[in-house]
Amino acid sequence: MTDFLGNHLNLNVGLLLPEIILAVGSVLVVFLDMFWEKAGRGSAPLVTFLTLIAAGVASASDIDAVDDFARMVSIDNFTTFFRFMFIGVGIMLVIGGWEYVDKHVNHPAEFYALLLLSTVGAIFMASARDLLIAYLGIEVLSFSLYIAVSLGKNDNRAGEAGLKYVLLGGVASAMLLYGLSLLYGVAGSTQYGDIAGALQGDLTGLHMPLILGLTLIVSGLGFKVSAVPFHMWAPDAYEGAPMPVTAYLSATSKGATLALFLRWFGGPLLPAIGDWQWMMAVIATLTMVFGNLIALQQHNVKRLLAYSSIAQGGFMLMAVTTVSDISASALLVHLGGYVITNLALFLAIIQFYNRTGKEEITDFAGLSRTNPYLAVVITAGLFSLAGMPLLAGFFTKFILFQAVVQGGFLWLVVVAVVGSTVSLFYYLQVIRQMYIYEPVGDASRWTISGSGYIATGVLLAAIVFVGIQGAPLYTVADRAAFALFDGAPVAAAAGHAAPAAPAAAPKAGGH
Amino acid sequence: MTSADGYVLIALCLLPLGVALSLFLVPTRVRSITIFLTGTSSLVMMALSFYVFFKYAFHGEQFQGVLAWTWMQNVGLLGEKGIQFKVGVDGIGASLVLLTGVVVVPATWVTWKIQDRMKDYFILLYLVTAGVYGAFVILDLFFWFLFYEMALMPMYLLIGVWGSTRKEYGAMKLMMMLLAGSIFIFTVIFAVFSHVGAGTFDMVVLLDAHKDPGFQKVFFPLLVIGCGTLGAMFPFHSWSPDGHAAAPTSVSMLHAGVLMKVGAFGVVRLGYQMMPEGGAYWSPALIVLGAGAGLYGAISALRQTDMKLLMGFSSVSHMGYVFLGLGTFNAIGWSGAVLQMTAHGWMTALFFLLIGGMYDQSHNRDIPNFSGMAKQMPIWSIFFIFASMASLGLPGLSGFIAELHIFIGTFRSYPVVGGLAVLTAAITTTYLIRVLAQAFFGEMNPRWSHLKEITWMERAGAVVLALAMLTLGMWPSPWIERIAPSIINIPGITL
Repeated sequence: MTDFLGNHLNLNVGLLLPEIILAVGSVLVVFLDMFWEKAGRGSAPLVTFLTLIAAGVASASDIDAVDDFARMVSIDNFTTFFRFMFIGVGIMLVIGGWEYVDKHVNHPAEFYALLLLSTVGAIFMASARDLLIAYLGIEVLSFSLYIAVSLGKNDNRAGEAGLKYVLLGGVASAMLLYGLSLLYGVAGSTQYGDIAGALQGDLTGLHMPLILGLTLIVSGLGFKVSAVPFHMWAPDAYEGAPMPVTAYLSATSKGATLALFLRWFGGPLLPAIGDWQWMMAVIATLTMVFGNLIALQQHNVKRLLAYSSIAQGGFMLMAVTTVSDISASALLVHLGGYVITNLALFLAIIQFYNRTGKEEITDFAGLSRTNPYLAVVITAGLFSLAGMPLLAGFFTKFILFQAVVQGGFLWLVVVAVVGSTVSLFYYLQVIRQMYIYEPVGDASRWTISGSGYIATGVLLAAIVFVGIQGAPLYTVADRAAFALFDGAPVAAAAGHAAPAAPAAAPKAGGH
Repeated sequence: MTSADGYVLIALCLLPLGVALSLFLVPTRVRSITIFLTGTSSLVMMALSFYVFFKYAFHGEQFQGVLAWTWMQNVGLLGEKGIQFKVGVDGIGASLVLLTGVVVVPATWVTWKIQDRMKDYFILLYLVTAGVYGAFVILDLFFWFLFYEMALMPMYLLIGVWGSTRKEYGAMKLMMMLLAGSIFIFTVIFAVFSHVGAGTFDMVVLLDAHKDPGFQKVFFPLLVIGCGTLGAMFPFHSWSPDGHAAAPTSVSMLHAGVLMKVGAFGVVRLGYQMMPEGGAYWSPALIVLGAGAGLYGAISALRQTDMKLLMGFSSVSHMGYVFLGLGTFNAIGWSGAVLQMTAHGWMTALFFLLIGGMYDQSHNRDIPNFSGMAKQMPIWSIFFIFASMASLGLPGLSGFIAELHIFIGTFRSYPVVGGLAVLTAAITTTYLIRVLAQAFFGEMNPRWSHLKEITWMERAGAVVLALAMLTLGMWPSPWIERIAPSIINIPGITL
């Protein structure tokens, strides 16, 4: 079939099978809950789990595919990488979070439906090849999360979090949309490929709208990825949201936005790198500095992790600054390690909350006596975020930082390493409570549920595995990044990024 | 050493790591299994360390026992060689492996005294041990840094949970300062990788690759700051007295005895061997810092009353000699520096072992509170006096031979500084004699009449360390023979 401009359109619906499965599953969960009371409480998580597994299986058939759906959605390794990541996040959240959702969330079925639906949005953000589809993906994800954030039961903070998130999110979406429309005005198309072509051409007289558009786009996306100075919503939303939603915000929502960053700034916007690179460097610096400094003052573990994940976002924005195939693959590696680590941490804290109902840092006192297993998981997670060896964070940070140095931004990496050291200080505050202090009150041992052991155990194993054998993750990430950069733009990126620092070679030799 | 001996080097890194991991499975209540596992494995490590040291053929290649497995290649920014798990030692590495092997055994023995969570303690302690061995034998920058950080990571918990005086403060200060130091090392590693542009972290490739003199001059001082922090180099030393005062006995032994040498070793390996021109340019600065550290540490030690703080400042002073020796940039000063690493390692481990053995009973380390201890604890006192004699450089003991080399080297290059260094040695004598006079001789203080002699395990550990010190002092040629060829290989060094 062809469209009215004569472009060939590939309408093979099978390419979108994973998303279709997820969307259908989402509807199914809601209907099941509404019309079949006998289904019981376990049905929603079970259906969600099976849906996610089915979607994962369906995604497996697209490994190494290079295809597109109706010129709107790319099906390549980059898409597949994120499909697996987001589906994996969903699966872990269902396993590790169902107990919490059952107890502490209004309308559990809605939570699961929104989980599936937002995953669809997230995947479209990673796979779109047209600005409109990408924007729809953003909105599907955001709207699902606006609701999910305020699902907490008997928690006044949930309402505040939801309202703050929806108001600021709306402003950000508006900015983003305005930016996109300016970009459309400059480039004359919403197709990524056409935009890249247009930006490489003659832009006489169009520079001002382009800069304005880029500024708005960076701001809008900066909000979604909670980059400083657009991060105000994040700590409140993280604190007020039910914990599985917080985990989701820090994993899938952040991952999808970074996927979009890579798609846009490594693709259609790459020719304008001279116009946005400095913006990105400034935002990355601010995010790393302020994320880490403000985290120092937190007392609530969710807020602490909110600021820590803001700072982590700053690390990843560095790689967007120097975007190239090398830094894109490094970013994906770090994102992978970060998602695994953060999930492990959040799920461990969810287990802790299930038992104790507390979430202040001081409440963790003596956890190494009352539940040594959870203490080990949380310690491994925090040390991994800080980049300590034998854990995922060491390897992924090492690769990420080296890639950014390779891209010519040694000074940015120095900021990052300093920030990383500061981060260890506040991570140690939690570890100190768990190991150095004695438990307050009841000091008897307690255990967590079987599903809690499974979820945290799998993730702990993954943290250690990536830490001592990172090659599989890096290889996969490299293939995903290759899908993003096959063709000419790579050379352009390396050429632009190189001259900033004398210490850096333009590109790794030895290939 | 043939490349098959590389398996021994690998065993040295992986054995403590394996013990640490398998201890996770040992039930906490059954102390005997933990004691058996750590006892045997530490002896095996010592045996392997001796093997490495004596098998290192000083007529052969610089790096021996080289073995490499590719860990990751041809992906992203990595080229053909990429990241390898590569081991191999030069003469300097071999002598430091031996240092570690000898310290680990007594450190293990004295740890068996600990009642509270001994198993967890050993897990962390053996992670440190693995990290230290790794830092001495790994020939790949990625893994070198991994093992380096692995040696630091457990310190916080070791000191914070099992420490004494102001343990939380000491632990946090130590951890944050050492990690601040590793910021610089991190930066240098990235910059070197990028600058060489070979897509590999292989140290041998990076050592041989051409690096601009300008690049070397910029990054050498950064590396010295980074590694110097761990080596307690003045003025980046302030974690060391507080950290050592707070740390439990075996951590102090391992940390002051071995881990600080990783810092100095980093200056040798990543600094001088990798950036010789930068090293030659900045050597005068090392002379100033080294001599300054020697004097500053010694003068500060004069005023200390806490025995561990005294030893902390004494360590700063003695590590100052190491950096002074490196700064001379001539062969004799360098062999002195490397000998001093070993000599100080054993000497300070013995000190901390003894102080710990006494502190466990008295819960007091204030020198003015003690007197006439030689009557109450004669064996303890003999060992303490022995260590003091080594520390102040009595001929025939380990400290003398090392300091002699350093002084000769310094007089060759910078006669005035040489004079200062000798003055430092005099001050060292003063503060040590003061301790001996005050605490060990004179009227016995009846307050301490309940103190018993140190335990048999502590005596055994002290004997091991004392024998090692005596051997190095009496018969240093095995060390010098192995160190010298590696030193001569450094481009631009004065003979």
